[in-house]
Amino acid sequence: MSRVVIISLCDVIGYNGAMNQTYVHLEELADSIVVHAKGDWTLYSEPQINSELASFHPSKKIVWDLSKINSFDSAGVLLFMRFDEQFRAKFEVDVIGYTSEQQRMYELLKKHSVKEAIPERSEGMLSALGKRAVEGYREFLEFLDFTGYLLVAFLRYFVHPKNLRHKEITYHIERSGLSALPIIALTSFLVGMVISYQSAVELAKFGADVFIVDLAGISITRELAPLITAIVVAGRSGSAYTAQIGAMKITEEISAMRTMGFDPFYFLILPRMLALMISLPLLIFFADIIGIMGSMFAASLELNISYSQFIDRLQEVLAAKHFWIGIIKGPFFAVLIAMIGCFRGLQVTDDTESIGAQTTASVVNAIFFVIACDALFSVILTEWGI
Amino acid sequence: MGVIIEAKNIVTSFGDTVIHDDLNLSINQGEIYGILGESGSGKTLLLKEMIMLLKPTAGEMWVLGHELSKIPYNEAQSLRRQWGILFQFGALFTSLTVAENIELQLKEYTGIDKKMRDEIVKTKISMVGLSAHVGGLYPSELSGGMIKRAALARALAMDPKLLFLDEPTSGLDPIGARNFDALIMELRELLGITVVMITHDLESIHSVIDRFSVLADKHVVAEGTLENVLQSNHPFVERFFKNEYTLANYNKRARHHHV
Ligand SMILES: Nc1ncnc2c1ncn2[C@@H]1O[C@H](COP(=O)(O)OP(=O)(O)O)[C@@H](O)[C@H]1O
Ligand SMILES: [Mg+2]
Repeated sequence: MSRVVIISLCDVIGYNGAMNQTYVHLEELADSIVVHAKGDWTLYSEPQINSELASFHPSKKIVWDLSKINSFDSAGVLLFMRFDEQFRAKFEVDVIGYTSEQQRMYELLKKHSVKEAIPERSEGMLSALGKRAVEGYREFLEFLDFTGYLLVAFLRYFVHPKNLRHKEITYHIERSGLSALPIIALTSFLVGMVISYQSAVELAKFGADVFIVDLAGISITRELAPLITAIVVAGRSGSAYTAQIGAMKITEEISAMRTMGFDPFYFLILPRMLALMISLPLLIFFADIIGIMGSMFAASLELNISYSQFIDRLQEVLAAKHFWIGIIKGPFFAVLIAMIGCFRGLQVTDDTESIGAQTTASVVNAIFFVIACDALFSVILTEWGI
Repeated sequence: MGVIIEAKNIVTSFGDTVIHDDLNLSINQGEIYGILGESGSGKTLLLKEMIMLLKPTAGEMWVLGHELSKIPYNEAQSLRRQWGILFQFGALFTSLTVAENIELQLKEYTGIDKKMRDEIVKTKISMVGLSAHVGGLYPSELSGGMIKRAALARALAMDPKLLFLDEPTSGLDPIGARNFDALIMELRELLGITVVMITHDLESIHSVIDRFSVLADKHVVAEGTLENVLQSNHPFVERFFKNEYTLANYNKRARHHHV
């Protein structure tokens, strides 16, 4: 009945533009504006309803007519609530045509509407930087603490070697040592080959072909094999230690162990460290052999030095000290890798993202310290004239 | 009121261990349906089969008109937006705050602006009985009960038509548990949602659950309203419902209602 009147009224006022929208339909009456809400007032239509209502600037009394709403959810009702409050601040507002479900939903949400803001946890760049610095300092102190504990555990091991889990050690020797053989064989063979292949060209210019043996033999046993082995082990086992211990920390397995009187240093860290200290020198020895085979192979291809020639020359020129220096580096690198891997694992906080961050840090730190330690060896041994 | 979930001859086994053997049940639209059974009877696994986290070894699982073993990827994705799930142990994302956990799907799947999302998140947090400042905490900073509540708020974020709850009231204090029951009832009435909940809570079984099934011996040994189930004389039903403690409580409630 009133429809005819309304439409003609609208025509008169020229309200057409904003009138026939999808979710909101406005009708201007003499003393009020009727806001017909229609369709699905839900999560998915909320942005559209929001923009439709936002473009509406009322000028007099408002009447919400909710009778044409098909379905609603809390997002729809919350949106209604927001605009209803806005309108009420300026004009008189009436609501008609609502169902009892809509009313109860409104009341439920009204009851649970909270003024208090949710605290923001993200922070500015400056405070993040400051936090990072303090964090770094704390980490350093904790590392000292960790080193002290480990040293005590290590010394206690020599007093009561029976208490240590020898089965655990052999298990980790298998995991970190034995199963690393294939990848170490592959990398050291390739590096040995590349070394002699590259130098062959230069040496041939001087007719110094046979010095390839001196060059490859010394550089592989003294420097390359230990470094390559340590880097592969840091990537394989250091990261695994961090991830394992980190996951155990998140699931509170470490707390459970502590409360049962199982010292994590004794049960988790020392076995891993000792296993690496045993297996790394053996792996280096293995890498020595395969690396030299690689360079022998390249030498025979490129310079026509036969295998027996190569080995004869090797026995002549390769002093045992080079080999031993390479092997001796093993336990040092092992301690670094195991300590960093385990320390990083214990640094994991309660969220899963930190496992990733700590594992990355573990590998990066371990490789850096291995190289730094190698440089230190170099300086000291040169000073001593070895 | 059609059937919206139907398990037909479900078999679940891991190697030689058979968990479900020829299991059948059906859940009607708009009801609050309970799944009851001893620990290890396969309730969580059954739930996982309903939400496509696990494929049954054999049998058909129908959810909202789809047979889940043959559902195409796109339909599966749209199905996943229609339900909310509360996992037994919360399964909140540990690198996000509670508020960010609740907001995640809203942000990803709808065009709602930040201000309104905050409004929705705050309301949900309050509905499950948490205070606003909890929204800024990380899951590791919550207690067990708070994790349950936060996870429920996340399950409710999108106002799902179908709500799966795995032991929602375990880990809550008794008052919290009753408020929770009241909230579920209210939402069902207002939004017409269907709720599937695994529970051991006798109080919930008495007060909110319309129908439920009892899982034992790899089957559903009884299904229906509490009266229907009490007809059964399966040992588990006997033990669970017909012990002195439960009967005393039941009688007390009955008396209470008469007065
Ligand atoms: N991945 C799995 N492999 C083998 N057995 C499983 C696996 N997951 C669960 N189970 C077994 O299935 C049974 C049911 O588990 P679940 O559904 O979690 O029990 P509940 O009814 O307590 O929720 C248990 O006995 C459990 O040991
Ligand atoms: Mg379970």
